[in-house]
Amino acid sequence: MVSGKGGTGKTTVAAALALALAEEGKKTLLVEVEGRQGIAQLFETEALPYEERRIAVSRQGGDVYALAIDAEQALLDYLQMFYRLGGAGRALRKIGAIDFATTIAPGVRDVLLTGKACEAVRRRNKDGTAAYDAVVMDAPPTGRIARFLGVNAEVAGLAKVGPIHKQAQAVMRVLQSSWTAVHLVTLLEEMPVQETVDGVAELRAAGLPVGAVIVNMVRPALLGEAALAGAEADKPAIARALSQAGLGGASRGAKAERLVGPLLEQAREHAARLALERTERAEIAALGLPTHELELRAEGVDLAGLYTLAAELRKQWNA
Amino acid sequence: MSTEQSLDQAPRLDVDALLDDPETRIIVCCGSGGVGKTTTAAALGVRAAERGRHAVVLTIDPAKRLAQSLGIASLDNTPRRIKDIDGDGELHAMMLDMKRTFDEIVEAHADRDRARAILENPFYQSLSAGFAGTQEYMAMEKLGQLRARDEWDLIIVDTPPSRSALDFLDAPQRLGSFLDGKFIRMLMAPAKVGGRAGMKFLNVGMSMMTGTLGKLLGAQLLRDVQTFVAAMDTMFGGFRTRADATYKLLQAPGTAFLVVAAPERDALREAAFFVERLAGDGMPLAGLVLNRVHGSGADQLSAERALAAAENLDELGIVDQPGGQAGGRATNDHGGTASPEGAPAERKDLPEQADQSSASAQPYPSAATAPADTVAAALLRLHAERMQLLARERRTRDRFAALHPEVPVAQVAALPGDVHDLAGLRDIAERLASDAAESAGGPAA
Ligand SMILES: Nc1ncnc2c1ncn2[C@@H]1O[C@H](COP(=O)(O)OP(=O)(O)OP(=O)(O)O)[C@@H](O)[C@H]1O
Ligand SMILES: Nc1ncnc2c1ncn2[C@@H]1O[C@H](COP(=O)(O)OP(=O)(O)O)[C@@H](O)[C@H]1O
Ligand SMILES: [Mg+2]
Ligand SMILES: [Mg+2]
Repeated sequence: MVSGKGGTGKTTVAAALALALAEEGKKTLLVEVEGRQGIAQLFETEALPYEERRIAVSRQGGDVYALAIDAEQALLDYLQMFYRLGGAGRALRKIGAIDFATTIAPGVRDVLLTGKACEAVRRRNKDGTAAYDAVVMDAPPTGRIARFLGVNAEVAGLAKVGPIHKQAQAVMRVLQSSWTAVHLVTLLEEMPVQETVDGVAELRAAGLPVGAVIVNMVRPALLGEAALAGAEADKPAIARALSQAGLGGASRGAKAERLVGPLLEQAREHAARLALERTERAEIAALGLPTHELELRAEGVDLAGLYTLAAELRKQWNA
Repeated sequence: MSTEQSLDQAPRLDVDALLDDPETRIIVCCGSGGVGKTTTAAALGVRAAERGRHAVVLTIDPAKRLAQSLGIASLDNTPRRIKDIDGDGELHAMMLDMKRTFDEIVEAHADRDRARAILENPFYQSLSAGFAGTQEYMAMEKLGQLRARDEWDLIIVDTPPSRSALDFLDAPQRLGSFLDGKFIRMLMAPAKVGGRAGMKFLNVGMSMMTGTLGKLLGAQLLRDVQTFVAAMDTMFGGFRTRADATYKLLQAPGTAFLVVAAPERDALREAAFFVERLAGDGMPLAGLVLNRVHGSGADQLSAERALAAAENLDELGIVDQPGGQAGGRATNDHGGTASPEGAPAERKDLPEQADQSSASAQPYPSAATAPADTVAAALLRLHAERMQLLARERRTRDRFAALHPEVPVAQVAALPGDVHDLAGLRDIAERLASDAAESAGGPAA
């Protein structure tokens, strides 16, 4: 499960993680649950149907399949499976019953989504081997994740009998087992880190296994505070160095000398940011979880960038 | 390029004129998540109050430290007076408690027993705690309430952190029509609906549905649904009417929308959608707040030249320190560009990247080890990075300006730290307002 504050890169990291697993030779299923076709966009393919489709192949023999789970369709599937509804399903949809059941009935939607993912986790081939070596879910954001995953416990309590009750219990067993890990994506900024800290606490309280923290969009540290202080103390030396690099004269008022002020100003902002990031890193470290970092890709993440991020993830977890 | 619209020609948004105009009664700050809506709303509140208005800010999800420093972190769902506002004006602020707002509507509209039945119903709890759109609906509801109290001459509303700015406009009606939908009406009064000719099959579907759902979910759950729906009966009309009334309020003169965006592709694309939607719905757009814009005091030095110069310095460094000793080279005055001896220059002391998870090691030049030219090279690389960022931001801004040349814009610089107190808000507001006066060009670094 990959969660995190909105916009921190959940979809991107989930996709990179799936690719990384495929690169290790694993048959991987990448699942999305919010109906936004984020995976299709990232892999530059057409919209995904409610169907498992191969979207990437690795030279190592692994591949990535993708599935966009649709709650309404999943509910119809269940009804079909348990009650052989035939055309009545369509009628139910028409009067808004399906919509009602998947949007407002407490937790039904989440049960269906997690249920479908767990089904893929437990699915077996004819020879008894697992159908997928790994299932990666681009999960809802941190604010909703504990509820999303914990919903099965809630529903199992709410619906005390019937197939939904059984299903909810089965799903909960998978989610609370060592098969599952919830990874949290964050940025080195106050609000995403705060959400991560809160999310970890909630997940732990719900008995859900927390995996790693993935710090995304990390910007390089180009100049430390100490070096900055040194530069502030000897501006003429910096001016001379700039001049030597071919940027004009070093004497007062000359081109290179006039650069020193603005460049140092930028360095001060940089240092302030580093200081802030240090605080955030400390907060993350205090969680005591494995932590990975992915750098900010200046031009955004296209398919090639996704492979780079995947390679970086592998490098870090194999280190 | 000369034929393209650039943001530098876009009209400037005059924030002070907007805040000072007594006709301005509601300002709505919208935009996609994380761009600075809450910050902008709060900053405008501070500035409006300090310019003499009696303002109230409705924030939805302020950062913890901001809420704490404003003293609105305790969720009591009513506006609190903010201390330390200069001048004759007044500022109140509050943080929306979505569930509480919903509960209050129920309590106001149903007698005590009925209200309790609703509040305890699991369907109601699901609806009020996290139904998609509830937060937007409740923000609108709260806005309507604040307006009705008529204690403030200016209301500034922040909007929920949804991925799409349009959600704020659409969600309440979506929720309203959902609550008013066919299925719910059927659950409420199956006999009535089924009685009409041609609707019979619905009745069949209905009993099958309740039967199936009953088996699937357990009968208790279904009874809960019916109790819920029956108990809410009196309020459904109310919900729709209220949502519609608040929507009208947003179209009224006196309301001004500010679209907040960061100069990034996704955020500005959302902003463009929103601008088009406002125009389509006849809602008054005051302008675009472009937040977290970067500038540079040395923008005459291009990224390319800065990088080339940094490389020059690296090469000088290698020649000067053959042993790799990081000793301080005397502040040099020997001219002439040295040519590199060794092949591919190893960037000494410079980080390859901070991508290893340990942040403890200092991979960048430190005071003890770095000679002036190593530091200068790092300064130049930092500058190159900044200039590349500037160029990207400019491209996205220009694209927006080409689509919507008529939209007035105010820019706010990206500050190095978070904004979490009154002083920070004042600073943001000052930048917002002074951008109108500034001549073309990026904001000061
Ligand atoms: N390491 C990175 N470097 C540069 N850009 C990145 C990186 N990771 C993500 N992005 C970009 O950030 C944006 C948000 O990423 P993404 O859609 O994965 O986030 P999300 O958490 O899934 O968002 P949402 O909450 O809306 O689902 C995208 O434009 C993505 O390309
Ligand atoms: N101009 C700015 N410079 C620096 N930080 C900013 C600026 N504007 C907003 N921030 C910070 O960005 C974060 C998100 O801002 P917020 O106003 O909560 O966004 P939104 O309400 O749109 O989600 C906050 O931590 C805030 O302090
Ligand atoms: Mg996503
Ligand atoms: Mg906000």
